[in-house]
Amino acid sequence: MLEYVVIASLKVITVVVVLLTACAYSTLLERKVVAFMQHRIGPLYAGPYGLLQPIADAIKLIFKEDVMPNRAERFAYTLAPMIAFVPAIMVFAVVPFSSDFTLFGHEISGVISDLNIGVLWVFAVGSLGVYGTILAGWSAGSKYSLLGGLRASAQTISYELAYGLSIVGVIIIGNTLSMTELVAQQGRIIDWYIWKQPLGFILFTICAVAETNRAPFDLPEAESELVAGFLTEYSSMRYATFFVGEYAHMIAVGAVGSTLFFGGWQGPWLPPIVWMAIKVFAFIFLYIWLRATLPRFRYDQLMDFGWKVLFPLAVLNTMITGLVVLW
Amino acid sequence: MKEILKTIADTFLKMPQGFAVTLRLMFKRPVTLDYPRKRETMAPRYKGKHYLERYDDGSERCVCCGLCAAACPADAIYMEPEENERGERMARVYEINLLRCIFCGFCEEACPEEAIFLGREYEFATDNRDSFIYTKEQMLVPYPRKENPFKRIIRRVRKVYGVVQSRR
Repeated sequence: MLEYVVIASLKVITVVVVLLTACAYSTLLERKVVAFMQHRIGPLYAGPYGLLQPIADAIKLIFKEDVMPNRAERFAYTLAPMIAFVPAIMVFAVVPFSSDFTLFGHEISGVISDLNIGVLWVFAVGSLGVYGTILAGWSAGSKYSLLGGLRASAQTISYELAYGLSIVGVIIIGNTLSMTELVAQQGRIIDWYIWKQPLGFILFTICAVAETNRAPFDLPEAESELVAGFLTEYSSMRYATFFVGEYAHMIAVGAVGSTLFFGGWQGPWLPPIVWMAIKVFAFIFLYIWLRATLPRFRYDQLMDFGWKVLFPLAVLNTMITGLVVLW
Repeated sequence: MKEILKTIADTFLKMPQGFAVTLRLMFKRPVTLDYPRKRETMAPRYKGKHYLERYDDGSERCVCCGLCAAACPADAIYMEPEENERGERMARVYEINLLRCIFCGFCEEACPEEAIFLGREYEFATDNRDSFIYTKEQMLVPYPRKENPFKRIIRRVRKVYGVVQSRR
């Protein structure tokens, strides 16, 4: 019993530390990659090749004044960044990082928690982040924040339908909700679910980009619209929490996507954790690539797209998958 | 219906092209110059800070005729003449206010003695306004000219062949 608790705690600590570092450095990655795609260099001066830039940013944000507007609701204002941040990290509890391995004579599994309803956990817990957005927009006590928050949360819940439906095809084929089971079923590259569910994967990616408020769906947080949208009244570490939460959500989606469609940690002759890292990195690079290339959706175009295009396509995908499996 | 299908087909054909552009650009060398760690030399005709030329024997070319002050659209030049030992007219006071100056080069074009030129220096920012009034002494080229002997030879050769010389 004690052994189980210790191992689980160590796994949790490792995952959280690695995740937070990855979030911080994905900000730098984003700035550098977007810069190179725009034919310029990104941050260059903080450390070699700008590698200490996230640390410089963190220090700067820590030293900033923490402002709370007069009319803000204290409790909700403080709570909102946490609600936006924690669910993104909780998703990692069921992501299989590696195959089972032995360390110092202990048999350790590659997941923190091998739930047999892992996929359901991902979508249920991951979607709780919306409350953070709504609460943030409302609690700041400013009309711009409120409107921004409402728009952002409307966008998120609209795309959540197609998001959840897009992976139902995978579940139907895999006949299981357990993340580890799904990874085990994708042993060879030919077994990867992306070949069997291409439409599902496309829908998943598009909806994930919209869920995390990333370009081209980043109207809620675009600087030129509604000031900073629902983030207007946030400064210093509260703002940092929101942003780390967004990047954590991005990485979480990358991890879930590579588990469901690309075989998770499966791969020849490199250690499984490295394969996982490669696949998640590929997702993050895809997000950054999307951001650098595409212009922003207007809000009504965004809602149209979510309800009138993606949702019917997701339903269609589910129906076709079901029919094919029946036969 | 046909338009919808056409739009979808169009999207699937055109969108990858857009992505290819950004991907291609990512692997090209960036055009950014790492200023101030690296500097670039400006073009020969670049209009930077002024300098006053001399004759080869060291005497100043400027005769304080006032044509440059008259030509200046920003009224940045001020001068007072006097007579030197050889009985020639020269400037006692010659000041250019670099905050008024618009670096148009009219003074360079107007000068009949080929005395004033706009050089290639552009890094003269300071933190007080008074130091922007440059006097004659600050703008005169040093005598004797500290010059690379090879450059002198090259200049002579270029003059012989009629090649357009770049100024400083």
